[in-house]
Amino acid sequence: MDLKLYVWRQKGPDSPGKLEQFTAKNISPDMSFLEMLDEVNEELVKEGKETIAFDHDCREGICGTCSQVINGIPHGGQDKTTVCQLHMRKFKDGDSIYIEPWRAKAFPLVKDLIVDRSALDRIIQAGGYVSNHTGGSPDGNAILIPKPDAEVSMDAAECIGCGGCVAACPNGSAMLFTAAKVTQLAMLPQGKVEAAQRVCVMTEQMLKEGFGNCSNHYECQDACPKGIKVSFIAKLNREFIKASVK
Amino acid sequence: MILDGKCPSGPLAEKWDKHRQDMKLVNPNNKRKYKIIVVGTGLAGASAAATLGELGYNVEAFCYQDSARRAHSIAAQGGINAAKNYPNDSDSIYRLFYDTIKGGDFRAREANVYRLAQVSNNIIDQCVAQGVPFARDYAGYLDNRSFGGAQVSRTFYARGQTGQQLLLGAYATFSRQVKAGTVKLHSRTEMLDLVVVDGEAKGITVRDMVTGKISSYAADAVCLCTGGYVNVYFLSTNAQGCSVTANYRAYKKGAFFANPCYTQIHPTCIPVTGEHQSKLTLMSESLRNDGRVWVPKKKGDKRPPHEIPEDERDYYLERKYPSYGNLAPRDISSRAAKEACDDGRGVGPSGFGVYLDFADSIKRLGENTIRERYGNLFEMYERITDENGYKQPMRIYPALHYAMGGLWVDYNLSSNIPGLYVLGEANFSDHGANRLGASALMQGLADGYFVIPYTIADYLAKSKPGIVKVDHPEFKKSQEDVSALTTKLLSINGKRSPKEFWRDLGKIMWENVGMARSEQSLKKAIQLIPELREEFWKNVKVVGSGDTLNQELEKAGRIADFLEFGELLARDALDRNESCGGHFRVEYQTGEGEAKRNDKDYCYVAAWQFKGTDKEPELHKEPLTFETLQLAERSYK
Ligand SMILES: Cc1cc2nc3c(=O)[nH]c(=O)nc-3n(C[C@H](O)[C@H](O)[C@H](O)COP(=O)(O)OP(=O)(O)OC[C@H]3O[C@@H](n4cnc5c(N)ncnc54)[C@H](O)[C@@H]3O)c2cc1C
Ligand code: FES
Repeated sequence: MDLKLYVWRQKGPDSPGKLEQFTAKNISPDMSFLEMLDEVNEELVKEGKETIAFDHDCREGICGTCSQVINGIPHGGQDKTTVCQLHMRKFKDGDSIYIEPWRAKAFPLVKDLIVDRSALDRIIQAGGYVSNHTGGSPDGNAILIPKPDAEVSMDAAECIGCGGCVAACPNGSAMLFTAAKVTQLAMLPQGKVEAAQRVCVMTEQMLKEGFGNCSNHYECQDACPKGIKVSFIAKLNREFIKASVK
Repeated sequence: MILDGKCPSGPLAEKWDKHRQDMKLVNPNNKRKYKIIVVGTGLAGASAAATLGELGYNVEAFCYQDSARRAHSIAAQGGINAAKNYPNDSDSIYRLFYDTIKGGDFRAREANVYRLAQVSNNIIDQCVAQGVPFARDYAGYLDNRSFGGAQVSRTFYARGQTGQQLLLGAYATFSRQVKAGTVKLHSRTEMLDLVVVDGEAKGITVRDMVTGKISSYAADAVCLCTGGYVNVYFLSTNAQGCSVTANYRAYKKGAFFANPCYTQIHPTCIPVTGEHQSKLTLMSESLRNDGRVWVPKKKGDKRPPHEIPEDERDYYLERKYPSYGNLAPRDISSRAAKEACDDGRGVGPSGFGVYLDFADSIKRLGENTIRERYGNLFEMYERITDENGYKQPMRIYPALHYAMGGLWVDYNLSSNIPGLYVLGEANFSDHGANRLGASALMQGLADGYFVIPYTIADYLAKSKPGIVKVDHPEFKKSQEDVSALTTKLLSINGKRSPKEFWRDLGKIMWENVGMARSEQSLKKAIQLIPELREEFWKNVKVVGSGDTLNQELEKAGRIADFLEFGELLARDALDRNESCGGHFRVEYQTGEGEAKRNDKDYCYVAAWQFKGTDKEPELHKEPLTFETLQLAERSYK
């Protein structure tokens, strides 16, 4: 199939950007979306033009590197699917596709479709961990965890940190991301000790980074390629209130 | 030269303890004066940086991704081994040690492997304490599953995302040290050279992948935790950015490269669909716990799977290896799949595929149990192939997956260049000629959390901190070399893209240095690769410029290294006139087509020394001695 692409091109954070049009020819339905872009880039190399810069690495939906807004939806709108796992059989011959970077105040643009998401790392650095030391941990089975709690913790821990939730949110909020980490650890006995402090410093860092607040649009949940639920945001709020009244 | 692995003396079970007593320590107040560079933030790198930072050293960490959390360890699915013996099924440190040595076809060091088995239990405790949400049973205890090459259930897992959860655990402790100021992270920064001063590793030269700036960092020691090199085959289960570059540039600076020909081909990957393919996706080996592998008995049988009656199916793993069945080790399962397909009994559009069938397990356990165990893998399979694995058997085929070879290190994880340490998949040390499933995660974390903190201190304690500064002439020279290479790549302006060369190299490697190697095919590869390399340097076209983010330039630099490294891999395979583990030479097989080792002549580690790009490398040997185990034929029948 042949497709018409409109791709965001921008040399750097301070240069102007615009949508540029390309044609993707002879695209096979078995290709992934990124393989389709690879083909376009190979054509650009032949023409001696700069290729479209986009972030990607594992190409199996787990590293969270790939990050594109496709036709207005982060990751392209297939349920629980990252861009790298989106396949061209979801498109049809002659389609026009608009491809843009994550857009959020806290994610400055680097080049073309690539943005700087280090703000998410800084939220984790603020307190998204259990402060245990290497060595000297008790036997793994000394800490029993009810299976349902372990399951909820794991549901939250599946977050791949892609930032799609931020890109989907009209407020550019990182609530879903932060809530997932807060929930994962708050569900476990190991994480309970520092739970109150954790939720405070992480939310504080989130605001400092320029992420917006949550006003219950729930776009984040729809966009999340890992099915992280907004109920975790409720959990974060609960943890926050618990911490404040202490 | 005969290399010394520096294994401590004494009884096997006491070596590590004794060695820890013998090694020197660095005074707590002096630790911050020592700078340690850690390249890589996967399981090995993140755990090393976090632990060294926590001990008080001054750590600078580097990765090419935008975040430390995205290292390819994130993609590991199935699990991590430990000798906990929680299921009470006769596991022990000794058994894990034995299985790993046997799985590696008796080509690993006893002392290293025993230590690995010893610290495996600490890893689980450490990860649980970090809040890694391992799978639990209904009583709240940790759950286990089985993996290939073992008859006990010793694999801990977190759904089908064990690597992700372990890495996020290590990344969290790493992040804690970043906050504490002991670790400084440089993301989107690629190491392009190792700097050696007076015979010792004293720093690295890097390219800032956003601005293109080339600069150097000096340190008292350098740890490479840069992962595996199987992308030399172009198509593999590795991430797009995985390369041999860091290792290869260290090799060019004098570090020995050990056993490059030991590569692992994973039996359960989704088959190739066409030329456009950029990577192959693994379906975790854990699936073989409940899936049965088969092909039609008849050649060229094009009937859909459900129309092929039971007695016309060949469950070839169960038939050939009754005691391990579908859980036979990876090298054996992969070769068996290739044999079936080469015999014209492969399935799917290309004929290069075999079935992995869950129908029996679904009948026995119900679809829900299967979904609970592997749901995300079935979803992934469907996204890629548009087929439902619950309703029809999955199609799988072997793909390049893991590098057992890597830079040579001694028992202390030190390369032959003092001050250069190599951890995780980047070193060659613990898996011999074949790695068992769920053992790479174990090794990466063992190296980072529990080995390097002890062994690096012994080296640092013997020297004063900060002797070499970045204004030393070796750094200037290194930067000039790296800049010159970048300029050269950009100036060729030929006709073919870097990717075309990569794909061509991959074809040469897969066809001649793949699952079945022969003297003839290896010699052919050794002839073809330099020709392709020559063409690359005349005809590659790298668009864009050096002073900005340029993914074509990054790729071209990595491919340039692969184009040299592929030849080294083939040479090592040619030198090893035996079959062992993942290295299968068609000339050396038993009557039944199994790998035939030659312990008399090849019971050694092959460590290669660089002598110049178009010159033959020099081979050094480290003889492997077995004090505890008897060398035995590796049977899984
Ligand atoms: C799909 C898949 C599934 C797997 N499943 C399992 C499993 O179930 N169980 C198991 O035990 N093992 C499994 N493995 C193997 C295991 O995941 C890896 O061997 C292991 O995670 C490697 O860890 P590492 O820290 O050595 O390297 P990696 O995690 O690959 O990290 C390499 C790091 O080095 C950095 N780096 C590399 N080169 C440079 C450079 N030049 N400059 C700067 N930085 C650089 C990267 O940025 C990255 O941070 C699997 C592997 C794959 C691919
Ligand atoms: S590239 Fe890793 S999630 Fe898409």
